[in-house]
Amino acid sequence: MTTQVPRRPWLQRWHVKPIAWTLVILILLVASSRMTGVDVGMFFGNLGQFTDLLVRMSRPAWDYLPIILHPLYETIQMAILGTTIGAAFAVPFAVLAASNLVHNRWLRGIIRLILDLVRTLPDLLLAAIFVAIFGIGSTAGVVTLAIFSFGMVSKLFYEVIETIDMGPLEALESVGANKLTIIWYAVLPQIMNQFVSYFLYTLEINVRASTVLGYLGAGGIGVFLQRSLNEFNYSQTAVIILATLVVVMVIDGISNHLRRVLL
Amino acid sequence: MQTTISKKPATLTLWRRWNWLLWIAVVAVVYTWAITGLHFTGLQESAASVSRSIVHGLVQPDWSYVYNGSGEDLVSLILQTLAIAFLGTIISSLISVPFAFWAARGGKEWLHVRSGSGKVILTLIRTFPEIVLAIMFIKAVGPGSYAGVLAVSIHSIGMLGKLFSEAIENMDRGADEAITSAGGNSAQIFMLATLPTIMPEFISYTLYRFEIAVRSASILGMVGAGGIGTPMIFAIQTRNWPRVGIILLGIVLMVLLIDSLSEQLRKRLI
Repeated sequence: MTTQVPRRPWLQRWHVKPIAWTLVILILLVASSRMTGVDVGMFFGNLGQFTDLLVRMSRPAWDYLPIILHPLYETIQMAILGTTIGAAFAVPFAVLAASNLVHNRWLRGIIRLILDLVRTLPDLLLAAIFVAIFGIGSTAGVVTLAIFSFGMVSKLFYEVIETIDMGPLEALESVGANKLTIIWYAVLPQIMNQFVSYFLYTLEINVRASTVLGYLGAGGIGVFLQRSLNEFNYSQTAVIILATLVVVMVIDGISNHLRRVLL
Repeated sequence: MQTTISKKPATLTLWRRWNWLLWIAVVAVVYTWAITGLHFTGLQESAASVSRSIVHGLVQPDWSYVYNGSGEDLVSLILQTLAIAFLGTIISSLISVPFAFWAARGGKEWLHVRSGSGKVILTLIRTFPEIVLAIMFIKAVGPGSYAGVLAVSIHSIGMLGKLFSEAIENMDRGADEAITSAGGNSAQIFMLATLPTIMPEFISYTLYRFEIAVRSASILGMVGAGGIGTPMIFAIQTRNWPRVGIILLGIVLMVLLIDSLSEQLRKRLI
C-alpha cells in the first residue's frame, strides 16, 4: 500500500485564477481612472478650498432652525404617505409574485419582471421626471416615494410570503374555502408582523431619500438644502444637515424599537 | 388560592385584549398629521399632456443618441458611470477595512468605547447625503466624474464599514486561535487567519455595494458630478422626451445587467 501525496492540478499550482482576477481588476481600475480623469494631485492642490468649506460648515447658523422646522415635518409626512401608498400597491403584486400561491409560471414571471424594472430606477431620477409632470411641490415627492417603495416593498413581501407554513392553507383548501378566505385566515396571520416590520424598514429608507428629493424640486427639506448650497450659505447647509441627521436617527430609533417588539 | 393566581393574568389579558385600540389611535393620529400637513397644490394643468409626451418619448426613443462617436453619447457616458461606481467602490472598500475593525465589538473591551465610537462615525457618514457630498467635492475638484468618484468612495464607507464590522463580529475565531496556539504574532494572525476567513464576505458585500453605487453614480450627474445623470437632467429640463426615453432605457439595461452579473459572482463566492 503506497500512499501518495495528491498533486495539485496545474491551475491551482500556478494560482491561475487569483492572478487572472487581480489582473482583470487592475486593468479595470486603470481604465476607469483614465475615464473619470482621477488626479490625486488636483485633490490635494485644491484641499484649501475644501477645508475652507468645511470650516464654514462647522459654524452652523442656529437661528435658521425655526425656518426649516416646517419643511422637515413635510419631509416626514411625504415619507409616511409615499411608503403607505407604495406598500398598499405592493401587497397584490407580492401575492401574485409568490411561487407558493400562484402556480401559473407566466403570470409570476411577468409580475416579477415588472417589479425588477421598477426597482432599477434610482429615486432622484424618478423625482426629476415627476417634478416635470406634477410641477414643483410635495406631490411629486409623494409619487416618487410611492413608486420607489413599491418596488422595494413588493420584493421583500413576496419573499416573506414564500416562507410561510403551507399547512393552514391546505386545511382551508380541503374544506372548500375560496382564495380570498384562504388569504385572509391562513396567509395574513402568518405574515402580518413581518410585513409591518419591512414597512417600517422601508419608511426609514424613505425618510433618508426624501431629504434630498427636494433638491430637484420635489418638496420637503431638500428645497432649502438646494437654496442654501446655491447661495454658498454653508452655515445654513450645516444646520439643515444636522437637523436631518437628528430626524433620521429619531425615526430609525422608533422604527428599530417597534420592529424588535414585533419580531 | 386559585383566585389569587388567576387575578394577575386577568388584568394582563385585559391590556392585551384592548391595546390594539391604542395602536389604532396612534396610527390614526400619525396619518391625520401626515395628510393634513401636505398641500397637494402642485398639480399642473399640463400634467396630462406632459405625461402623454413622456410616454410618447419612451415608446419612440432617440436611437441616434446611442452612439455617435463624440464621447458625449449614451454608450460612453454609461461606461463613464460604471467607471465612477467601480473606482468609488474599490477605494471605499479599502478605506472601510480599518473603519470596520474600529467599529467591530471585541471581547475584552471596556464599556465598548472603541466600537461604539466607530459605529457612531459610520452612522454619521451613512446619513450624510451623497448629493451634498458630491456638491462639496465639486467645489474642491471642479465639476466632472472625479467629484463623483470621491462622493461614492466616501459615502460608501458608511455602509461597507457597517457590513464589514458585522462580518468581523460574527466570524469564526477558530483559525485565529490555531495560529495563536502555534505561537504566531498578531501580524501573522491577521494575515494567515483573520483575512482569509472574512475575505469572501468582504468581497460579497463589496459587490453588493457596487450594485448600489451604479444606481447612485447614474444620478450624481444631476448635480454635475459626471456620468449619465448630466445629459438626463438636461434632457428633462429641455423637455426632450425621446432623449429621456433612450437614457432611461440605457440606465435600466445597465442596472439589470450589473445586478445579475454581481448576483452570479456572489452566489459562487458563498
